[in-house]
Amino acid sequence: MKAVTQKREVAETQTRRLRLPAWLLTLLPLLTLAMLLWAFVALDPLRSLTGDLPPIELLTIERIELRPEGMIAHVVNGGPQPVTLAQVQVDDAYWPFEIQPSSEIPRLGRVTVTIPYPWVEGEAHTVRLVASTGLTFDKTVEVAVETPRPDLSFWLMFALLGFYVGIVPVSLGLMWFPLLTRLSQQGLNFILALTVGLLVFLFVDTVLEGIEVAQQIPDVFQAVPLIFFAGMLSFLALLAVRRSRDATDCSTGSGRLWLATMIALGIGLHNLGEGMAIGAAIALGEAALGSFLVIGFTLHNITEGIGIGAPMTRDKPSLLQLAGLAMLAGGPAIVGTWIGGFSYSPIWAVLFLAIGAGAILQVIYEVTRLLVIQETDAALPAASWVNVGGLAAGIAIMYLTAFLVKF
Amino acid sequence: MKARISRRKFLRLGAIGTAGLTGAAALAATQWTRDTSTLETNQSRLEHDHAGVVGRVDHVRNGFDPMALLTDFDYGRVSTLATGQPLREYVVVASDKEIEVAPGIFFPAWTYNGRVPGPTIRCTEGDRVRVRFVNGSAHPHTIHFHGIHTAEMDGVPGIGAGMIAPGESTVYEFDALPFGCHLYHCHAVPLKRHIHKGLYGAFIIDPKLGRPPARELVMVMNGFDTNFDGENEIYAVNTVAFEYLQRPIAIRLHELVRIYLINITEFDLLNSFHLHGEFFWWYPTGTSLQPAEYTDTVMLTQGQRGILELKYKFPGKYMFHAHQSEFAELGWAGFFEVTP
Repeated sequence: MKAVTQKREVAETQTRRLRLPAWLLTLLPLLTLAMLLWAFVALDPLRSLTGDLPPIELLTIERIELRPEGMIAHVVNGGPQPVTLAQVQVDDAYWPFEIQPSSEIPRLGRVTVTIPYPWVEGEAHTVRLVASTGLTFDKTVEVAVETPRPDLSFWLMFALLGFYVGIVPVSLGLMWFPLLTRLSQQGLNFILALTVGLLVFLFVDTVLEGIEVAQQIPDVFQAVPLIFFAGMLSFLALLAVRRSRDATDCSTGSGRLWLATMIALGIGLHNLGEGMAIGAAIALGEAALGSFLVIGFTLHNITEGIGIGAPMTRDKPSLLQLAGLAMLAGGPAIVGTWIGGFSYSPIWAVLFLAIGAGAILQVIYEVTRLLVIQETDAALPAASWVNVGGLAAGIAIMYLTAFLVKF
Repeated sequence: MKARISRRKFLRLGAIGTAGLTGAAALAATQWTRDTSTLETNQSRLEHDHAGVVGRVDHVRNGFDPMALLTDFDYGRVSTLATGQPLREYVVVASDKEIEVAPGIFFPAWTYNGRVPGPTIRCTEGDRVRVRFVNGSAHPHTIHFHGIHTAEMDGVPGIGAGMIAPGESTVYEFDALPFGCHLYHCHAVPLKRHIHKGLYGAFIIDPKLGRPPARELVMVMNGFDTNFDGENEIYAVNTVAFEYLQRPIAIRLHELVRIYLINITEFDLLNSFHLHGEFFWWYPTGTSLQPAEYTDTVMLTQGQRGILELKYKFPGKYMFHAHQSEFAELGWAGFFEVTP
């Protein structure tokens, strides 16, 4: 009896000891963390190692605008410490400059450096920032041309480029749609597999493009991981949207139109990236390259229309719907050229490309599912020679036409 | 019914896409308006565009003023030896010091007597020169004089006193020979680093009978590799980039000007001196009283030096600079202001 009471008392004290208020339980680790961090900073145990070493400085020139009056460099401090920008060189000559808002650039801070340098059209110029520690940070304008001003003619010209790169090829591809509807099931499967092939190419291309652009971004923004995270999230978000809509999969006409719309959206985001590349190429003075890119992308993108039409061959989508799909897939190229031409920001480019990659991946998944479903429904094996051939043909077409746009 | 649903779905998706794209376009537009606001300030600068730096160097913090260095001659403590030979004694202390080599740009220099270039040691042909060298730097150093002396007094590693460790000292002693415009510098290894960090100075031996009276200036052509990539980011005479462009050197019309010119620029094969609006008599190494050339441009490799003599015929502001245009625009340029 006595032993039992004792036991209960022990149990009670134990539960009493454990029952700290929730707020305290929440704050305790945080308070301890704060104390430990304070102690580490106050005691500075690494002092003997760091000593009087010079600070780590990292400035990145994101963009250089060229105006008749001079150059405007957009600078970001991607290093772990503030940086004081002391002087500016252009082509190995110190040059007067003005800096907004201040020459003391805090971590992740941005400044605009205006340099009244008489740059020469068609030639290369290197801007070099010299920090107070004497460290230098360079960026080269490969071919100097005046940065386009956003007047009406330029908006229209860039829109025209986007039109050629996006809307024209997608629409032309969609014009094959009536032809697709006459195909046999085998033929249709070939076209669907071809669509998967070209989407796989676009996916790889988009990811690689994103990684390439990510090289221009300071490490602190972790641009390469960002591509994968944004891509994954965009893939999952689109998947969730699809699942939440209705359970009717691609056995219904609306389901198939939905799939075609998703393909158009994925391709649209990809074309946004392509538009940005063209706009930026022209803004960075590679106009010759720009017009070559336009022709290349027009030919390269023509199969995209087929891809959009492929899932709907059993339906009769209205002309309006087809036009809408063409706009959704091709229109973003216009917006892309505007962004690329007037305000190219690598971080935004990377984000758009990553979202595009995720969207494309989701479409690959859906179209592949369409082929797999037929394996059970129509007893047509998903991994047949026809389908593998279609996939290979899709990749081959994209690969070969990419010769026109890759250097 | 089915068609309507699908159209609604379709439109919604389209709307999401359009909203995103419009957002992006709006972003582009705001970025643009922000940029154009700097245009006016840009335009107003156009009238005075030229190579140069922004701001001024704090000479007080540096502890030396390039304007004063031009005419700062150290004749030493003078006495006479038992043999009747004049003795000049100098003290040179090496120390590590951060110096401002262009407005806002700081360089972790190694210095003689806290200045770059070090003190201009001046004596007369045949004098006994006794230099007590104290190494207050964190690195071993020497002083190697260009001149005629014994191997033990040559200030190179492994011979005589060799490298002088931090906190130690030595004495370099020799007869001042031959007369001319010479230099001294640290010869510790690695040589390239010890020179470009700032351990050098002018060493002038006057001929026994002297030279005609003149306004005398010392110009040591040097450079600084501030980011340690093996190339100079700064070029100058007497260390501070564009200093004499910002503060012209005042000279008088028809006045005889004598410049002791020394090249100690590291990394580059050559440096040069070009004078505007006038010619000069060139005395290579200053070892002859007869000029070798009447010119307005001379080129010198590292360690090469000489004496220029000139008189301005017309008043005004005249440039002098390296005729490597790159060096000139990276700091090695200045003005003479000639007044009646």
